[in-house]
Amino acid sequence: MHLPIYLDYSATTPVDPRVAKKMIPYLSGHFGNPASRSHSFGWTAEAAVEEARAEVAALVKADPKEIIWTSGATESDNLAIKGVAHFYGETKGRHLISVKTEHKAVLDTLRELERQGFRVTYLDVRENGLIDPETLKAALCDDTALVSVMLVNNEIGVIQPIAGIGDLCHERGIIFHVDAAQATGKVDIDLSALNVDLMSFSAHKTYGPKGIGALYVRKKPRVRLEAQMHGGGHERGFRSGTLATHQIVGMGEAFRLAREEMATENTRVRQLRDRLLQGIARMEAVQVNGDMTARVAHNLNVSFAYVEGESLMMALKDLAVSSGSACTSASLEPSYVLRALGRPDELAHSSIRFTLGRFTTEEEIDYAIGLLWQKVGKLRDMSPLWEMAQAGIDLDTVQWAAH
Amino acid sequence: MSYSVKVIDHYENPRNVGGFDADEAGVGTGMVGAPACGDVMKLQIKVGENGVIEDARFKTYGCGSAIASSSLVTEWVKGKTVDEALNIKNAQIAEELALPPVKIHCSILAEDAIKAAVADYRKKQGGEA
Repeated sequence: MHLPIYLDYSATTPVDPRVAKKMIPYLSGHFGNPASRSHSFGWTAEAAVEEARAEVAALVKADPKEIIWTSGATESDNLAIKGVAHFYGETKGRHLISVKTEHKAVLDTLRELERQGFRVTYLDVRENGLIDPETLKAALCDDTALVSVMLVNNEIGVIQPIAGIGDLCHERGIIFHVDAAQATGKVDIDLSALNVDLMSFSAHKTYGPKGIGALYVRKKPRVRLEAQMHGGGHERGFRSGTLATHQIVGMGEAFRLAREEMATENTRVRQLRDRLLQGIARMEAVQVNGDMTARVAHNLNVSFAYVEGESLMMALKDLAVSSGSACTSASLEPSYVLRALGRPDELAHSSIRFTLGRFTTEEEIDYAIGLLWQKVGKLRDMSPLWEMAQAGIDLDTVQWAAH
Repeated sequence: MSYSVKVIDHYENPRNVGGFDADEAGVGTGMVGAPACGDVMKLQIKVGENGVIEDARFKTYGCGSAIASSSLVTEWVKGKTVDEALNIKNAQIAEELALPPVKIHCSILAEDAIKAAVADYRKKQGGEA
C-alpha cells in the first residue's frame, strides 16, 4: 500500500492504462489532422475521432451526430449556457434558472450573463441536497429560456431528479441543460428517453485524459447555439479548433470502458464506500452530508463536529481528500454547497469529501478508518468545543466573540 | 497550504494541551473566537502569589496555524508576569511561526486569548480583594 492514499476521484481520476495505451499511437504515427481530407493521415485520424464519438454517444444512448468535442466540462457548460442565452435571448426570453449547489463552471457563467443583462434564479435545495421539482415549477416564467441542473453534485454526490425536471421544461418549451461531468460511469444515462437538450461531459472524471470533454446537443427537436469559439467551423460550426485526436481517442476508450464495466465497478466501489461509512459511523457526532439513497456509489461527505476541517486535513496528510471548507484557498468561507443544505458553518468547516474509485482497495479503506479514529480523537481532545459539548453545554447558546 | 516546520512541530506535538479548574484561585481563563469563523481558542494561565505565570494550558478548535499559535503562547507566557505576558504581540507570534498573510488572524487570536485570560485573572483577583 502506497501513501498517501488517493480518495479524491471526484477531483480527477488517473488515466486508465488501457486508455493511455490506445492514445499513444495518435501522438506520433497517426498524427494527422482529422480535418485533412486529401490524404490518409487525415482519414485515419478522422476515423479514430468518429469511433470515439460513437463510444461517447453509446454511453449515454445518444446519436453520435449529437456529440460536440470541447476542452472539458467547463467549456461545455459555457458553450451550452451562453450559446442558448445568446441564441434564444431575443425569442424565448432573458430569464435563466439554475441551482445554488451547481459547479462554479455553471454559476460563474450565469454571473457573467447577469452582467450582460440576463435575469437568473438560483434555486434552493432541500436539506438532503436535492431540488424539489415544485420549487422549480414555481420559478418558471414566461420568458425563461433555459434551466441548468447538474446530474451528480461534485461535493456531496447526490443525484438530481433530472427526468422530472426535463419533463417540466419540455412542457413549457424551455431548454434544459445538464452538467453530467460527475455522472458518467456512475449512473445510467439514457438520452433517448430523457427530455434533456444539452449535456456536458468530461473525460478526466471517468479515467480519461484531462483537457477533453464533450457537449451533447439534441437533434430532435433541434437545439441551436451561438458558437463561443470561432475559427475553421469545426464540429459543424459549434466549436472551432483543430481536434485533439489523441485526447478524443482517450475519451472514447474511457467511455467505452465505463459502459462495459460500470455495473460491476459500482457494486465494488459501493461496498468499499459503505465499509468506510460503517467504519466511522460509530464515532460520536459524525454526520453524512447529502442524501444517502439518491447518491453515487463512490462519494461520502462527512462532517466531524467539533474539529476544524483544515486541521483535520493536516492530520490526514496520508489521505488525499478534499475539505468542505475553503480555508486553504485564502478565503475563510465554508463550502457554499454545504451552506445551501442549511448546515451550520462549523459543520461545513469540518467536512471531508471522500471519493473512491477504480483503484481503491479494501486495505486502503481500512487504513483510512483507523487513521480517522485516531486523528479525530486527537483533535477532539484538543478542542474546547468538544469539551463544552461533553459537559452538556449547547454551543448555540454561547455568546461568541466573532472575529 | 504549506506550513512552516515550526507550525508542523507545534501541531504534531502540541505543548500544554488541557485545562485547569476555572474556579481555582490564581487561574485566569480566556476564550476567544467563534465556531462559525473556524477558530476558538481557550487559554488558561495559573498565576502564583508573586504575580508570575507558573503554568498554562490551551485547547483550540481551528486550523494548524491556530493550534500552533496557541501552543506557542502557552510556552511563552510561562515564567512571565501577567504584565510581561500582555506585551506578547501577534507580530512576534506570526514571525516565530512564519505564518503566511492569510493566517495572521490566528496570531491575533492568540494575542487576544492572552488578554482575555489575564483580564479574567484580574477580575477574580479584584473580586477577592
